[in-house]
Amino acid sequence: MNGFLDRVLGRVRLGGWLAVAAPVIAVVFAVLITSVVLLVAGKAPVEAFTTLADYGTQPRSMAMILNTGVMYYISALAVAVGFRMNLFNIGVDGQYRLAAVVAAGLGGAAVVPGVLNIVLVIVVAVVVGALWAAIAGLLRVYRGVSEVISTIMLNAIATGLGSWLVSEHFGVLTGNDLGTRPIPDDAHMPGIPLIAGTPVLVNGFIVVAVLLGVAYWVVLNRTRFGFELRATGKSESAAVASGVSVKKMIVVTMVMSGAVAGLIGMPELLGASYKYSNNFPAGLGFTGIAIALLGRNNPVGMAVGALLWSFLDNSSNQLQLLDISKEIVQIMQGVVVLSVIIAYELVHRYRIVAEQRRVSRELAAPQEAPKAEAAA
Amino acid sequence: MLHNRISRLAAATAGGALLMAAAACGGSDGTTTTEASAGASSAPAASQIKVGLAYDIGGRGDGSFNDAAAAGLDKAESELKVQKKELEATAGETDAQKEERLRLLASGGYNPVIAVGFAYSGSVAKVAKEFPDVKFAIVDDDAAKGDNITNLMFAEEQGSFLVGVAAALKSEKGNVGFVGGVDVPLIHKFEAGFEAGAKAVKPDIKIQSKYLTQPPDFGGFGDPAKGKTAAQGMYDAGADVVYQAAGGSGAGVFEAAKAAKAMAIGVDSDQAALPAYADFKDVIITSMIKKVDVAVFDFLKNYTTGAVKSGPSVYDLKAGGVDYSTTGGKIDDIKSKIDEYKQKIINGEITVPTS
Repeated sequence: MNGFLDRVLGRVRLGGWLAVAAPVIAVVFAVLITSVVLLVAGKAPVEAFTTLADYGTQPRSMAMILNTGVMYYISALAVAVGFRMNLFNIGVDGQYRLAAVVAAGLGGAAVVPGVLNIVLVIVVAVVVGALWAAIAGLLRVYRGVSEVISTIMLNAIATGLGSWLVSEHFGVLTGNDLGTRPIPDDAHMPGIPLIAGTPVLVNGFIVVAVLLGVAYWVVLNRTRFGFELRATGKSESAAVASGVSVKKMIVVTMVMSGAVAGLIGMPELLGASYKYSNNFPAGLGFTGIAIALLGRNNPVGMAVGALLWSFLDNSSNQLQLLDISKEIVQIMQGVVVLSVIIAYELVHRYRIVAEQRRVSRELAAPQEAPKAEAAA
Repeated sequence: MLHNRISRLAAATAGGALLMAAAACGGSDGTTTTEASAGASSAPAASQIKVGLAYDIGGRGDGSFNDAAAAGLDKAESELKVQKKELEATAGETDAQKEERLRLLASGGYNPVIAVGFAYSGSVAKVAKEFPDVKFAIVDDDAAKGDNITNLMFAEEQGSFLVGVAAALKSEKGNVGFVGGVDVPLIHKFEAGFEAGAKAVKPDIKIQSKYLTQPPDFGGFGDPAKGKTAAQGMYDAGADVVYQAAGGSGAGVFEAAKAAKAMAIGVDSDQAALPAYADFKDVIITSMIKKVDVAVFDFLKNYTTGAVKSGPSVYDLKAGGVDYSTTGGKIDDIKSKIDEYKQKIINGEITVPTS
């Protein structure tokens, strides 16, 4: 018994050529629909796709795409942890922003020197993200409040709280921009010259993102905790019957999701802006939801999704040079998510129908045999 | 139940993105057509000057701040025969992406490059160093400094002071309101000026004040529904004039004013004269005009004559960079009083607070 939800969240595996068919269909879908949109807008699709291909293959753009993709990937991982046990942590956005504010405030105060400061900032961000998410977990367990509702509300509270912290406590005014005191030079995360042919460094957090992706896979698939998490997601009653404490699982999963969420702002804070200001990127938590859906909660799938999303976002300037409006990029992103969901669902349905046919053929075969004998 | 939940979630994520994009797309289509027609009319001039302009979030068509910059650029295009290229910002982008936008313009042969909004502060400072031969201008920011950076600054508090005076003189209930788009230092200047102006007329006047969103949520500059709710609350609580410095959310404030049969004050452009706000011109008694268009045009004109000066250019009342509008004739009876205050500010008799 597999529902639509199980299929969308990638809990049902596709085997053989079907595993290849689904993403191929999705890409073909997305390209076709985008071409139609471009034609309707009066632009030449070929020109647009050539520009995109040109842009995506330049070393400089590749470094830019990786840098934005790192944040998107961590965000998708944070969302996926919850998704795997049917917890919809819509509050990743608030969790990472609040975590970044508090961490930036402390980092800017330079309580400890150098590398220790980096460690402090990261630890504080993880703890703040985890605690903020824990509120929603506890509300769900003890008061039965849906985490979808509570996390959305907590997002609004996080925005207010963060803004208050910046304006009343950590804020320094530079021109018209209010932000925390910059983190001193000795506590900057160094970049990596990963891509040859460009002076643009790749954010050092790419290492952290890769490690997180590996950890996500190992914890979910190779540990008892991961088994219990997946079991609870598939069937709560079956999990209870086999001795899993669902309440504990809900709180622990929310805390884990929030802890990962706390890291989302770190590449920007420690590797690029070095402060949390009015300019700090917002909305990454929602991008993460889309990418988790796109990557079907699979660590490699989400990495591909994050890079694709980041590639589209970063190419918006290039497309605008061709007088193609930046909203086309948003349309492409929306179309890609829909295509992936629809393509996988179609392939799954095809598989189910094919299986049913096979089973009914097998069942029918021995029944026909006796008849034939009788006739003879 | 879960089945429904995830379908809705998926639909909301993807559908929302599509809808927003489609809606915004309509707007930019308009841009493309005007651009094309303007380009055709100036075709004979073989101009060598290519202007690059990077908008803040909202872009061309926001009926407020960005549109004012666009107006200046359009004027330069038709009068100075410059070529233009406009790039827009996406919500939630990083500084690196802003830098890349400016770099793309500078490396693409666009000179000068204009950045609209203080959000570009750090990016302009960095990119201007990489391209010492390109002139940069940034609106609303004086933190980015460099030999090739011109900072176009406005004394929003002075203009706001004058509309504060108008509000206090027009208010019969002694109760006025201020709606700010986002709770940021720039908008605090509008509030401070308005408050000082109103109090200069009636020291005991009641001033209600509300910001629609807190940073980094900049939705307050583009959410008419929020603006309407906030203004409605103020009119219900006894205000009869509300001043809005809320970008696109201002339309909601005007709607609330119309419903309450009360008065409202516009911002940035002469909003009573804008076709987009034609329905509300009866309730808009005046607007605080921030002449971003003049600043952008001046900068480009100076560029064509080789007279660009780096550092801050301040557009205040004295320089005619901020002002109040009289379209509709609703404040003609008090114009002389407002002008008295205006003169005092220009003379330096009154110093308007900025926060």
